[in-house]
Amino acid sequence: MRVWGRILYGVLAAIGLVGFFLRFATGHQLAGYGSYVPWGLWVAAYIYFIGLSAGAFLLSALVYVFGVRKLEPIAPLALVVALASLLMALVTIWFDLGHMERFYYVYLRPNFRSMMAWMVWLYTAYGLLLLAELYYALRRHLPRYADRGGITGFLARFLVKGRKTPFTQEEIQRDEGITRVLGTIGVPLAIAFHGGVGALFGTVVAQDLWHSPIYPILFLTGALLSGGALMTAAYVFFWPRKDGEWRELSLLLGRIVLGLILFDLLLEWAEYSIPMWYGVGSEFKALWNTLFGPFWYVYWVFHILLGVVVPIWLLLAFGLRGQIGAVGLASFLVAFTFLAIRLNLVIPSLVHPKLEGLVNAYRDHRLVFAYLPTWFEWSVVVFSVVLGFTVTYILVCVLPVIEGKLLKEVA
Amino acid sequence: MNEVESRRAFLEKVASTVFAGMVLGGQPVKAGAEPSKVELPPRPPDGPILLELEYEDVLLRMQRDLERALNKGTTPKWVMVIDTRKCVGCHACTISCAVENKLPPGVVYRPVVEEQVGVYPQVTWKFLPRPCMQCDNPPCVPVCPVGATWKREDGIVEIDYDACIGCRYCLVSCPYQARTFDFGENWTQDTPGHGQMPYEELPTFEWGEVHVRKEGVAPGSPVGNARKCSFCLHRIEHGLLPQCVATCIGRATFFGDASDPESLVFQLIHQPNAMRLKEELGTEPRVYYLV
Ligand code: SF4
Ligand code: SF4
Repeated sequence: MRVWGRILYGVLAAIGLVGFFLRFATGHQLAGYGSYVPWGLWVAAYIYFIGLSAGAFLLSALVYVFGVRKLEPIAPLALVVALASLLMALVTIWFDLGHMERFYYVYLRPNFRSMMAWMVWLYTAYGLLLLAELYYALRRHLPRYADRGGITGFLARFLVKGRKTPFTQEEIQRDEGITRVLGTIGVPLAIAFHGGVGALFGTVVAQDLWHSPIYPILFLTGALLSGGALMTAAYVFFWPRKDGEWRELSLLLGRIVLGLILFDLLLEWAEYSIPMWYGVGSEFKALWNTLFGPFWYVYWVFHILLGVVVPIWLLLAFGLRGQIGAVGLASFLVAFTFLAIRLNLVIPSLVHPKLEGLVNAYRDHRLVFAYLPTWFEWSVVVFSVVLGFTVTYILVCVLPVIEGKLLKEVA
Repeated sequence: MNEVESRRAFLEKVASTVFAGMVLGGQPVKAGAEPSKVELPPRPPDGPILLELEYEDVLLRMQRDLERALNKGTTPKWVMVIDTRKCVGCHACTISCAVENKLPPGVVYRPVVEEQVGVYPQVTWKFLPRPCMQCDNPPCVPVCPVGATWKREDGIVEIDYDACIGCRYCLVSCPYQARTFDFGENWTQDTPGHGQMPYEELPTFEWGEVHVRKEGVAPGSPVGNARKCSFCLHRIEHGLLPQCVATCIGRATFFGDASDPESLVFQLIHQPNAMRLKEELGTEPRVYYLV
């Protein structure tokens, strides 16, 4: 298992590095999108990752803000995952820019009427808040490691300024208070930035399919579902101690995931059935194309079958009856196939022409209403995933993220 | 005097009063300052209101309108009018625009949309050139995170190529799909032994700026930017009509100052058969179609 894991990591890292290199060497030339479908896989991956981040963060907020003690063991890990997925999202969307070197213009000359400018500002605030919250959540454990060598010791000394005496009960309580305040600020922030991503799409009047008030809500539910499922899968499979507490918490998480799948499905029903009911209009056509067009399998196979039907079956038939592995597998499927939902959100609206006949007006491979991500685009996304995984792994190894101990000590 | 003639006489009287009022506000009218009119043959009794277009090349008329607009002292409001009944679908405007602005592959400012109408075998073609509409309420402007695109006072929606970060939010927001992305591709890049050809290294003068397109790893603007039709601002400022207007072989595209009641475009956009695309969105396009 270990060996296979390493081989997989190595292969993915190699693919990711090739994508990274090609992005800088060739710009956008190897990408499959064009001017009529200007956003593609990278934008879908970005909203997928940012949803994971918001979801994981909101899960941690259940502990830090709402005091759900049962979930306490995974709260710091949720913060780490939120941080890593934020990084993945930002890197992915950074690669998508035509001028990567100008990204800081959003700080220098922001246009606050633009939802996109708001996103950048909110992400910045959120990223800083995550770092601070993680710091206050972990710092009480750090003095124990100040004597160590290596990066753990260095970080421990650096973060608590060389302190070796353990934190007193009073100090711990104060840190908990700060964490609660940060988490409390973080909840509306997470809702704002992820609902905001929904609004980034929803406010675009030119895209019939996006222009819907349900979008911010849909994005938030999606975030809770995908982020929650990712955390559940990570907990089930990678938690070092598989004891009674682990079983119990896994079962609880499994129930949460199940509930969220069903709620998300309800919203999706609204999203699809309302514009499609009478079978007329451009939204109807575009949605019909999503369901039964050339990429029908993205919806039916990846989303409905692997992301809804199989996970529900796994959870009901095995998971919630005590087979924790099934909970993990179901959650992994939900989290993984959520990218299909994001693709189905971004692409179908764009491949639907806004002016009939435009495609034949001027023939060019960038001026078509069809899009399939190229291998290059996938490899860049793989780069982001490998990056996120590496950051998470390193943080979990060198900081007392799990039960206030280092990964080695818990295991 | 039949009905058409009397209407024409009336219009002339109204127009000349307005014009005289405008001019008299500044200085007295000099005799002979107006270019002398060519003696036109008598017009047929039931001809269209703007029949004079058939007696003088419309380019000359628009050229005069343009000069007047540039010299009047206040900001003109540029509009474009496209007569779909006259467009023959030759794509000369598309090509001349590409040449004027040295457009690379994947970038087009003024495609001509073709539509076949009717039931076979009784079919015919309709053509609809589609430049940037220079909307008065442009959805592409507020979305730009860095304010790299904005609405000018003269009605044109401008892009600052050196500020644009290439996020393409404006591309997805334009209901007319009038913006394209410069992927940095060149026409000859896949031919053996060729990268950029000399003509691809010539500067463009869009937006009154000079940009030389470069190849390579970090090519700089306008590669990696959103690009769009500028109504040939760089030409207008020098008293030249937009290139697509100048090259339209069907004389189907008109350009001028909508705030000048004397101008040809003013008269055209007030025709009952003038319409705009997707009016229902409230984008208020500055491109009108005669149908
Ligand atoms: S046509 Fe499109 S690009 Fe041009 S001003 Fe209107 S919205 Fe902007
Ligand atoms: S592509 Fe450029 S002009 Fe368009 S919204 Fe992005 S930064 Fe603004």
